[in-house]
Amino acid sequence: MSYPKVLTKRMEDHPADSHTIERYAATGGYAQAKAALDMTRDELVDIVKASGLLGRGGAAFSTGLKWSFLAPARPAYLVVNGDESEPGTFKDRQLLERDPHQMLEGVIITAIANEVHHAFVYIRGEYPKPARRLQRAVDEAYAEGYFGKGIFGSDYDLDVTVHLGGGAYICGEETALINSLEGQRGEPRLKPPYFPAAKGLYMMPTIVNNVETMANLPHILDMGVEAYKALGHGDDTGTFLTSLSGHVNNPGNYELPHGITWRELIYEVGGGIPGDRELKMWIPGGASAPWFNPEDHLDLPITKGDTGQAGSMLGSGAVVVMNDTTCVVKAAERVVRFFSHESCGQCTPCREGTTWLEMILRRIEAGQGRPIDADLLLDVSDNISVGLAWPPRQTTICPLGPSAVSPITSIMRHFKDEVMAHITEGACPFAKTEVPA
Amino acid sequence: MTTTRDEAAGELHPSGDDRFALVDKHLKRVRYEQDQLIETLHVAQDVFGYLSDDVLIYVARALMLPPSMVYGVATFYQLFTFEAPGDHACTVCTGTACYVKGADDIVQSVREAHDVAAGATSEDGRLTLKTARCLGSCGLAPVVVLDGTVHGHLDAAEVLALVQQALEEEEAD
Repeated sequence: MSYPKVLTKRMEDHPADSHTIERYAATGGYAQAKAALDMTRDELVDIVKASGLLGRGGAAFSTGLKWSFLAPARPAYLVVNGDESEPGTFKDRQLLERDPHQMLEGVIITAIANEVHHAFVYIRGEYPKPARRLQRAVDEAYAEGYFGKGIFGSDYDLDVTVHLGGGAYICGEETALINSLEGQRGEPRLKPPYFPAAKGLYMMPTIVNNVETMANLPHILDMGVEAYKALGHGDDTGTFLTSLSGHVNNPGNYELPHGITWRELIYEVGGGIPGDRELKMWIPGGASAPWFNPEDHLDLPITKGDTGQAGSMLGSGAVVVMNDTTCVVKAAERVVRFFSHESCGQCTPCREGTTWLEMILRRIEAGQGRPIDADLLLDVSDNISVGLAWPPRQTTICPLGPSAVSPITSIMRHFKDEVMAHITEGACPFAKTEVPA
Repeated sequence: MTTTRDEAAGELHPSGDDRFALVDKHLKRVRYEQDQLIETLHVAQDVFGYLSDDVLIYVARALMLPPSMVYGVATFYQLFTFEAPGDHACTVCTGTACYVKGADDIVQSVREAHDVAAGATSEDGRLTLKTARCLGSCGLAPVVVLDGTVHGHLDAAEVLALVQQALEEEEAD
């Protein structure tokens, strides 16, 4: 099965040197950035709005709309969010490592569209190699005059700075990322008033966009709005990158068109479950997303709308597949432990709640659960995200707390029997199951 | 009389440790901007291997930031470490995909074989065992990083063999 490739075309056709400026120049490189110089801000914003491009960082917010919110004060800044830390996600890494110039061209286009003269790219601290690759690409582009004073011989100045983070998941949240760029602890800021478009980096209007979002921009200008929309499925335009991992035969990054079903993704693209075991559940969009199960969701098309209606999200595009040897309590404990560890500690419901959820899950897994624990899990979750609704309501500054609730609601809705079996039998029923390699 | 920052920059650190000069070089390059704190900590850790109290205080004074703030920022981020690492470092990813593929067994077996707790260094200072939340290489799950080299698709026995090999290689030197 082959699907049209856009973002990953260059790295697939030229795996050896897709990251070099020579290869990028030979395959249409930087022509769109140059063309963007002759367009006005309104024209560019309208094109991106019309293309229907949704942010690829997780929230799937319209990129054009985000740009149009930029407050008039100047200087404005552009921050590219490459703090890809959602467990299961590794798509931005590929874009940064294998085709950094594609993203940098998107940076130039975005900068021009938003009257930005200084862009920052925030790379997560665990990605030194992608950061090195990007820095080299930046140096190459500076040498060619694509960045610096008077880019492409125009009178437009644009600088770009690559920043390596310090290893904190929370810095993927845009206001936390801004704090981190300023050299502070990565604690999210309260919105309002600190919407980045109004008061972002150094309290100036700031656009924060994901790496994959940037990489889409040259293609939108190149192929035109209609062709770009035709690649997608309804409101979900263009292609998307998904990071497939867990119990599948072919884990990896895939560029796919919206609208294919989960069955196609797991059994055709992913090549099915190793050892022909049974599919038990999967995480459709990163650790923050409520889980899907085969009975209800296998034939749903992969679109923002369908996934949202089914009570989950495509998030960062990370799909983690789990087979029937996976203990849901242990898996949930693992996800919750992540959030508990990464909670920045500003808001009590998140700081205390995630810690309690982790402890309760751990004791259930250890066979020391009490009958009341099932209700206690939901009660604590309810204090973090009132009503356990989807999309989640939050009692916290950022959505990290409610994210930790997703695995809890997932296991309590679909696998309550298994949770209760842990408690009544006083042991994990999967403890002795061999996990196939 | 205290020396000013510019006067101090050219001189050797009072401890005689010339590694501070490397930190100074970076500080000068970023013009002592306070928002360069995280980059500076990265450089200091690269130079010293870890961030001792001395180094944190040094950075704080250079950037004219309160030591409490420098400490707060340094401890906030996972990548900064405050104890001298062992000769060899074995990091096991325990993210969701790696857990599903049996990362726990790996941690357990390294812990037992080398008598080292997760997140600590063995008593002889030879091996540091770390766990990571997610290294973003989920396609390779389970992922182990041994002395900076990424290994994927390994089971516990294979990881133990690799660790053993790393420890022995150095003895042979």
